[in-house]
Amino acid sequence: MSAQFATKRLGKELQKIRNSRLPPGIELVSAENLEEWLLDIQVLDDNPLYQNQTYRLKFRFGSTYPIEPPEVVFVKLSDRPIPMHPHIYSNGIICLDLLGQQGWSPVQNVESVCMSLQSMLTGNSKNERPPGDDDFVRANQLRPKDIEFYYHDNTV
Amino acid sequence: MDTDDDFMSAVSSEYDRQDSDNDDMSGVEDFDFDDEPDTFIDSQKEIGHRRKPAYDISFRVFQPADIQRQQQDLIHEVNLILTISKEEAAILLRHFRWNKERLIEDYMDEPSAVLGAAGLASNSASSPKMEIIPGFVCDICCEDEPGLESFALKCGHRYCVDCYRHYLSQKIREEGEAARIQCPSEGCNLIIDARSLDLLVTAELTERYHNLLQRTYVQDKETLKWCPAPDCQNAIECGVKRKDLDKVVPTVACLCGHRFCFGCALNDHQPAPCELVKQWLKKCADDSETANWISANTKECPKCGSTIEKNGGCNHMTCRKCKHEFCWMCMGLWTEHGTSWYNCNRFQEKSGTDARDAQAKSRVSLERYLHYYNRYANHEQSARLDKDIYNKTEKKMVQLQKESGMSWIEVQYLNSASQALQTCRQTLMWTYAFAFYLARNNLTAIFEDNQKDLEMAVEALSGMFEKSVTELADPQLKVVIMDKTTYCNKRRVILLEDTAQNLAEGMESLGEVASPSACG
Repeated sequence: MSAQFATKRLGKELQKIRNSRLPPGIELVSAENLEEWLLDIQVLDDNPLYQNQTYRLKFRFGSTYPIEPPEVVFVKLSDRPIPMHPHIYSNGIICLDLLGQQGWSPVQNVESVCMSLQSMLTGNSKNERPPGDDDFVRANQLRPKDIEFYYHDNTV
Repeated sequence: MDTDDDFMSAVSSEYDRQDSDNDDMSGVEDFDFDDEPDTFIDSQKEIGHRRKPAYDISFRVFQPADIQRQQQDLIHEVNLILTISKEEAAILLRHFRWNKERLIEDYMDEPSAVLGAAGLASNSASSPKMEIIPGFVCDICCEDEPGLESFALKCGHRYCVDCYRHYLSQKIREEGEAARIQCPSEGCNLIIDARSLDLLVTAELTERYHNLLQRTYVQDKETLKWCPAPDCQNAIECGVKRKDLDKVVPTVACLCGHRFCFGCALNDHQPAPCELVKQWLKKCADDSETANWISANTKECPKCGSTIEKNGGCNHMTCRKCKHEFCWMCMGLWTEHGTSWYNCNRFQEKSGTDARDAQAKSRVSLERYLHYYNRYANHEQSARLDKDIYNKTEKKMVQLQKESGMSWIEVQYLNSASQALQTCRQTLMWTYAFAFYLARNNLTAIFEDNQKDLEMAVEALSGMFEKSVTELADPQLKVVIMDKTTYCNKRRVILLEDTAQNLAEGMESLGEVASPSACG
């Protein structure tokens, strides 16, 4: 598959973001090339777990985007923590079926992924990490797309 | 295709069935075993005429064309009965795992629910085709050029043909999907049918798609399995149920000559049932080397039974766990040795004898396992060696023809001998794993007798097989080898027959000694 395909689509997405602003709570930080974008998201309702926090997301696009999902992780910076969530590991890796091959649809885009993550945080009331977070964070050498997540719980 | 006849070409099965009409062999003078053969040939004859052997199960081999035809027949039938298109019939059948009866029944009850669950739209819109729609914007590539060709399934989620192609080739080529490729739209579970696919993708991809579809047919049906041999494209049909696997060992033979177990797809492991094989292989992978090492290098503390490795120093041992002091040589109490000498010559002392007895007991389970494992491994190894020898012999068979004036057909007995050795060793190998798990009773004694007979015959044949070409040229040896070959095959049949029967009747008590732990 030609990389041109991904480039074209990302160009269009970028153009659209610049023409009509992103939804509230989502901000494009950098999109200097068409391989890696950084975005900030905030949870806008009064969920006490995430109030007054901003989280940094890193998108990496392969040449098969949008047929295949992008790689999306939270990035930790001094003023950008990793949000507490039973599906988000403390190293920023997100377990979300939407970002896996099975749950992904090429109709999704950067904006819709950010919105899904926002709502994933909004709907959460558990101040906890996924089970086995310590071991996973210590032992994992894989890229998110190579991890076989087991979606055991569809309610969160 | 009905291959009950075709698979006879596999050498081993050929032997299995020849038993009853091979008795002319008993007339040969060089029959080097006792009167036994006559009696068993008679009984074998009776069995052969009455019914097929208990260890034999029926199966059929299907070639790719057969598999394709079967699918088409089913699709055609459903297409006629339910008056739906062939593409839809195919999707429905796949959804119902090719259970035609259930599909028809459910569809008659609630057609729209069935269609929806299988990923088919229930409205009867005309079949999907590529269209150019003015003002169309593709949601995947965001392209909006006029004249852009687009495609949508019955759900109406429309994307440009280019994106559709990318999507499909990703699914088919990279993800190996075929039967359940859904509409690219999020949350739409409409399935892309074969005709739409043929419309969209290149011929090369279509071929892979249809291959994958064909594979799902075999995978979906419980009674079908692929032959696991490399490069073999055949599938085997066998009616043995999963729950019966503790009673039968469903060995099947593909047209390609590969013999395997239908239950677990491993190589033929008669007479041992699948579950036992699994346990044994796991145990061997975990334990055998460790157990060997423990047996060779360690002893147990006579008091607390901890396993101890002596890695140097004198014979005065102090167990680190229980502080028991003993002599490494005689295992007796150290206090009885006094303090003046560090040499043990006190073999007859009571404390030493007792300790050694206890030691021996605790080693029994380990030794028992190793006993069976070593014999199992030995046959595995020997089967390989026999094959090597045969490969060398094959070249010499040409030579043998020249030296002895025998024709090619006449030297084929070596081939038969080699095949017999392979098959019998395979069986013998598993008899040891089987015996390890067998509870001791009268049947075990019979089993071990059968095993011993077969083993002796196989070793004898193997010995003759190794002889040099000049010796092989002796026509007398040829007769002996041929006799032995037949005898080996017969002993194998008897052993399998006995065990299979007992297994089927639940008479062999397995699992009672399920896992004697190797390390105490």
